[in-house]
Amino acid sequence: MNSVEMHLLVKKFGSFVAVDQVSLAVEKGEIFGFLGPNGAGKSTAIRMLCGLLTPTSGSASVNGFDVAREPEEIRRTIGYMSQKFSLYDDLTVEENIDFFTGMYGVPREKRAERKRHVLEMANLSDRRKALTRTLSGGWKQRLALGCAILHDPPVLFLDEPTSGVDPLARAAFWGLIHDLSETGHTIFVSTHYMDEAEYCHRLALMYRGRVIALGTPAELKAGLTEHSLLNLDSSDPLETMRALEGLDGVRDVAVFGGGLHVTVDDVEATSARVRERLGAQGIAVRKLERIEPSMEDVFVALIESEERKAA
Amino acid sequence: MWERIFVILRKELIQALREPRMRVLLFVPPMVQLIVFGFAVNLDVDHARIAWMDMDRTPESRSLRDRFTGSGRFDIVSAPGSEAEVQRALDRGEAQAVLRIPQGFARDTARGRSTEVQILVDGTNSNTASLVASYAGSIIAEYSVNLMERQQRVKVLTRSPGSAVSMATPQVTARSRVWFNPDLYSRNYFVPGVIANIIMMVTLMLTALSIVREKEIGTMEQLMVTPVRPIELMLGKTLPFALVGLMDVVLVTVVALLVFHIPLRGSFLLLLFCAVLFLMTSLGAGLFLSTISQTQQQAMLGSFFFSTPAFMLSGFAFPIRNMPVAVQYLTYLNPVRYFIEIVRGIFLKGAGVDVLWPQMAALTIYGITVLSLSAMRFQKKLD
Repeated sequence: MNSVEMHLLVKKFGSFVAVDQVSLAVEKGEIFGFLGPNGAGKSTAIRMLCGLLTPTSGSASVNGFDVAREPEEIRRTIGYMSQKFSLYDDLTVEENIDFFTGMYGVPREKRAERKRHVLEMANLSDRRKALTRTLSGGWKQRLALGCAILHDPPVLFLDEPTSGVDPLARAAFWGLIHDLSETGHTIFVSTHYMDEAEYCHRLALMYRGRVIALGTPAELKAGLTEHSLLNLDSSDPLETMRALEGLDGVRDVAVFGGGLHVTVDDVEATSARVRERLGAQGIAVRKLERIEPSMEDVFVALIESEERKAA
Repeated sequence: MWERIFVILRKELIQALREPRMRVLLFVPPMVQLIVFGFAVNLDVDHARIAWMDMDRTPESRSLRDRFTGSGRFDIVSAPGSEAEVQRALDRGEAQAVLRIPQGFARDTARGRSTEVQILVDGTNSNTASLVASYAGSIIAEYSVNLMERQQRVKVLTRSPGSAVSMATPQVTARSRVWFNPDLYSRNYFVPGVIANIIMMVTLMLTALSIVREKEIGTMEQLMVTPVRPIELMLGKTLPFALVGLMDVVLVTVVALLVFHIPLRGSFLLLLFCAVLFLMTSLGAGLFLSTISQTQQQAMLGSFFFSTPAFMLSGFAFPIRNMPVAVQYLTYLNPVRYFIEIVRGIFLKGAGVDVLWPQMAALTIYGITVLSLSAMRFQKKLD
């Protein structure tokens, strides 16, 4: 049985289609990532899976329970972390944990053990008496994760859990998510940080309510084979961009860090043409080499091809 | 079920007591209202300032004047000699009323002719004006009756000297005796009503605010994905404020008895029970408000929108009988009206269930309706 299944799921708010015919399945123990810009419909989809929003059409199930008909059964078997930090700032770490333990109805004999586990996992054992509002972003986020797994749910929905958290804390957080998946938990996570996509087993790229690509990070990158990517380091990136515009064989030029990423059809032929054109304009080429596309390149390329299709 | 409710209740109490602002909000407004309505709002006319314009200047006119000063209700602040001075006294508010004794007052009364005394009342404050006019009128009427008796006696005596002719003149006087509030203190009328007011404020607004606050900070969404049932969430969020409301009832009652010496002639337990009935309505309204507001500002405005007319049409300050008939019918839709009647009945009249049952029944029906309506709207959904 798949942990999460969506079949032609649609959510409309008035005439706005937030989620447009999304179908996919997530296996048990998977870390499944929803990747996409803000407003792509990731949160709406997750909220439907948690039973917070009613689908306009289509169907979805979590742990075998139907989202529209059995939301209460779903709530017993999921953990959810919303985009906003949503614990009580004016309660202590321990009070928050005790409150949600009660809300989830964790059996009495398991409570002490679950609490200890969560405090250890979030590394908050020493700060259990601290008011939650005094914790920094990374601590809060780990506490929120801890409170979402107090009842040991088989499926965990994390909606942009790492927004507004520093990189070090983000890395630590993904470590925790990995540990959870190792112990058989399914994790459904959304993010708009492209680098985080690499942590996921499988990804769905969402854009304007639709899933425009689905697969493992490697598969998605491999899907970009029709074009190749060149990393170009020149003396004047801005001038270079202008010079390469419309050059035969060049599909796209994008600023990337200090240099440029140039998408080309044919590496050999186009490389020669690029050097020739830049040489003619007096721009020095320090480096021009083929590179493996990053997740961001994949994403940009996919969205651009979507836009071309739409236009 | 009860365990979850208890967990929510404990959380609410921890939060409420930890937040200094909240602690203040729970107990200071009741006290302020009590003090305002107990001390400051006083509709009694005790020492009305009047100007005395005596154009007769006779022992008779002075004797009428003595009756005014002797009543304790009037202070004579000036004695204008001209129309201009009368005008000025009223314009500047130095005097609330002017009494004018016409020239020939003593002469006319001595001859047994009718004469008139003019009372000019400043009607800016209609309530005070009507009280002043009626007090003055009753003093003059008394004076007139006395005068008549005396003249009758004189007539009888002069007509048949030495004989034992009856000198009684038949007359009917109204001897009114005020029950329940013999001294007509407006304080006795207002302070019990404060209970109704405070319960409504505390429960309606705080319930709505506390739920909407959770919506705003996002914890409501987190609660919705837990297996908590809507009824558990509802009870957990409303019971703390029901407790606070009842504590305020006790607090206000104690202060009313000890500080203001308001009589409590009925049963305090019945008062508490009726407070619970009223709480169902105001908590229900608070819940309902929380289901239609997204922000705390909206909830706040909504609670004013509900409580202001409810307060105006409750008979707390303005007697329902003086309202237009259509509005009088409207007040039957107002739960606060029933509770005010109950509170005054219990405090001042010592009324029991045998008298108050219609109001109690109305509150019960109201409470159940409003609560179930809110419960239907209170769902664990964001859309």
